Amino acid sequence: MFNSELMKKLSDCFGPSGREKMIRELIIDEIKDYADEITIDPLGNLIARKKGDGKKILFSAHMDQIGLMVTHVDEKGFLRFANVGGLNAKELPGLRMVFADGHEGVICCEELKENEKLTTSKLFLDVASTDKEFIKKNFRIGDMCVFKSDYYETDDCVICKAADDRVGCYILIEAIKNHPSTDNDVYYVFSVQEEVGCRGAKTAGYSIDPDIAVAVDVTATGDTPDGIKMDVKLGGGAAIKLKDNSLITHPLVKDLLTDLAEKNKIKYQYEILEFGGTDAGPIHTSREGVPSGVISIPTRNLHTSGEIFNKSDVEECVKLLIAAAGE
Amino acid sequence: MFLKELTELSGVSGCEYEVRNYIKDKLALMGCDYYVDKLGNIIAHNKGRKQKTIMVAAHMDEVGLIVSNIDSDGFIKFQAVGGIDPRVLNSKAVYVGDKKIPGIIGSKAIHLMTSDEKEKAMPLDKMYIDIGTSSKAETEKLVSIGDYVSFNSKYVEFGNNLIKAKALDDRTGCSFILELLSMKLDADFYGVFTVMEEVGLRGAETAAYRLEPDLGIVLEGTVCADMPEVDEEDKSTLIGKGAVLSLMDNTTVYDIDLVRSIAKIADDNNIMYQYRKSSAGGNDAGAIHKTKSGAKTAAISVPCRYIHSPVCVASKNDIQSVLELTKLVILENQKGEDHV
Repeated sequence: MFNSELMKKLSDCFGPSGREKMIRELIIDEIKDYADEITIDPLGNLIARKKGDGKKILFSAHMDQIGLMVTHVDEKGFLRFANVGGLNAKELPGLRMVFADGHEGVICCEELKENEKLTTSKLFLDVASTDKEFIKKNFRIGDMCVFKSDYYETDDCVICKAADDRVGCYILIEAIKNHPSTDNDVYYVFSVQEEVGCRGAKTAGYSIDPDIAVAVDVTATGDTPDGIKMDVKLGGGAAIKLKDNSLITHPLVKDLLTDLAEKNKIKYQYEILEFGGTDAGPIHTSREGVPSGVISIPTRNLHTSGEIFNKSDVEECVKLLIAAAGE
Repeated sequence: MFLKELTELSGVSGCEYEVRNYIKDKLALMGCDYYVDKLGNIIAHNKGRKQKTIMVAAHMDEVGLIVSNIDSDGFIKFQAVGGIDPRVLNSKAVYVGDKKIPGIIGSKAIHLMTSDEKEKAMPLDKMYIDIGTSSKAETEKLVSIGDYVSFNSKYVEFGNNLIKAKALDDRTGCSFILELLSMKLDADFYGVFTVMEEVGLRGAETAAYRLEPDLGIVLEGTVCADMPEVDEEDKSTLIGKGAVLSLMDNTTVYDIDLVRSIAKIADDNNIMYQYRKSSAGGNDAGAIHKTKSGAKTAAISVPCRYIHSPVCVASKNDIQSVLELTKLVILENQKGEDHV
């Protein structure tokens, strides 16, 4: 059964890149009774271990989400900002944003001259106050905010923000709760700063030094009107990545995941993404190299306030990850 | 005061030896332990009270040019090393190669330019260096392909406690580390003078790999945009407004608790500081914080107008603020019982 309550909690929790404290605490709370050991490394990665004498396996899902960072507070109390991760300025005007402490704002745009290009520097955040003291007290340069949008689901699909990659976190949490009996030494990594260049995964990969690694992250789909040409679709099952810009999946991992899916009757599809990357990128080139792959969750409308995925795909991903933990 | 001498040395990325030799001499005079690693980074050690391993880094290299071709008339063609703005090159005085042959960057005179050419910045491949020779053979006696070219620009004090020099990015940082080492603080830290920052943070990566710091502090000269025509919100830093604390750039999202703790030290000690409002650019912190298992890293900078040009401008007051703040940050982080 899909745990809607957990997914909603994960999606609603604040945690843009570099500000993962709240989401980290939420996840610790979820998994602390299931992990043999929990550590937080210098960059803030949360590493939960299920100890064993066997093969060292690293699973990674990133905790961080895209957002904005305040760079300037003007005389009248309007905020200017910089992107944290890949946001498209054109899609921002009108969006509601929320800060760690719950304060909100709406993204507005200056009047553009004819043919003037809409860029982030033309946008500002109106935090709905004419009280200078309130603004001075509550909004500082360096504060970050994220999309505000409500979690919604139908019988088969979910609309929420930060499915990238809270749905990956969800899958790791469900897997550690149902960790199979095995000799494997398994590290469940909830990484930081993926959206700004997979930085947390680099240091976690180094310190864990695994024999094999699997990242769990969202991927794009080719099933929308006039969308990109891509075979992946919602409802097609767990996507086993073959390639993206950061990784060519190691044949050993591709075969392993495929065999496990076949053997356990897990619905799967292959994925080739012509852009983007995941935590598996820096992990597979860590130290002397780590055979790595990715289990992807097909997700529409990526990097917006309403990302859409299919619940049964997520359940197939959970099954595949549990099978990989025990293999 | 090391800064004047440091800025007048040549040290384009990959060819930092003049700067390195100068720093080595100063370290020897101070009686400071150091070694030079395989890429040419200098790693100096100030021994003292120790809670953690602190790496204070500044890069020795500066942006410049490299000789790529000598034409039949003896003119020198070149390529950029690091982020060179073609607009600043034309009509500048330079030094070419180890022998520091004086030269001038030239291009077609305005009289001869088409209206199209007048509207655009002169591209690199339309410019050349003139060292006053009249044949290929004559030039080849003085210059070889692969020779580095640096700006020829003197350190000058002017205006309201300002200085003008080349390579303030990042000889200011180098001078801070020399000053800090000369203070003989009872606080342990490694002063690291890195190579090849301007071409991709290469030296810092290997130095951090060796040191495995718990805390990185990068000292920099950074972009200042407080000039006319720039909107208030786009002024990344302001000259004369104190030490610059970085929050986010292309290479690093700085640990916010660390940044705020440094801001608090500045507040408590009445040191002027400002946050860097731009998220563009990057520095050695990008390499240091991701090395091995990771290290919390901060960047403290001096605002520099006209950065990456022969006439960078900085404020001596800001320079003092960065030095004072960095010293206090090091002391604060090594406070307490010795845990060596």
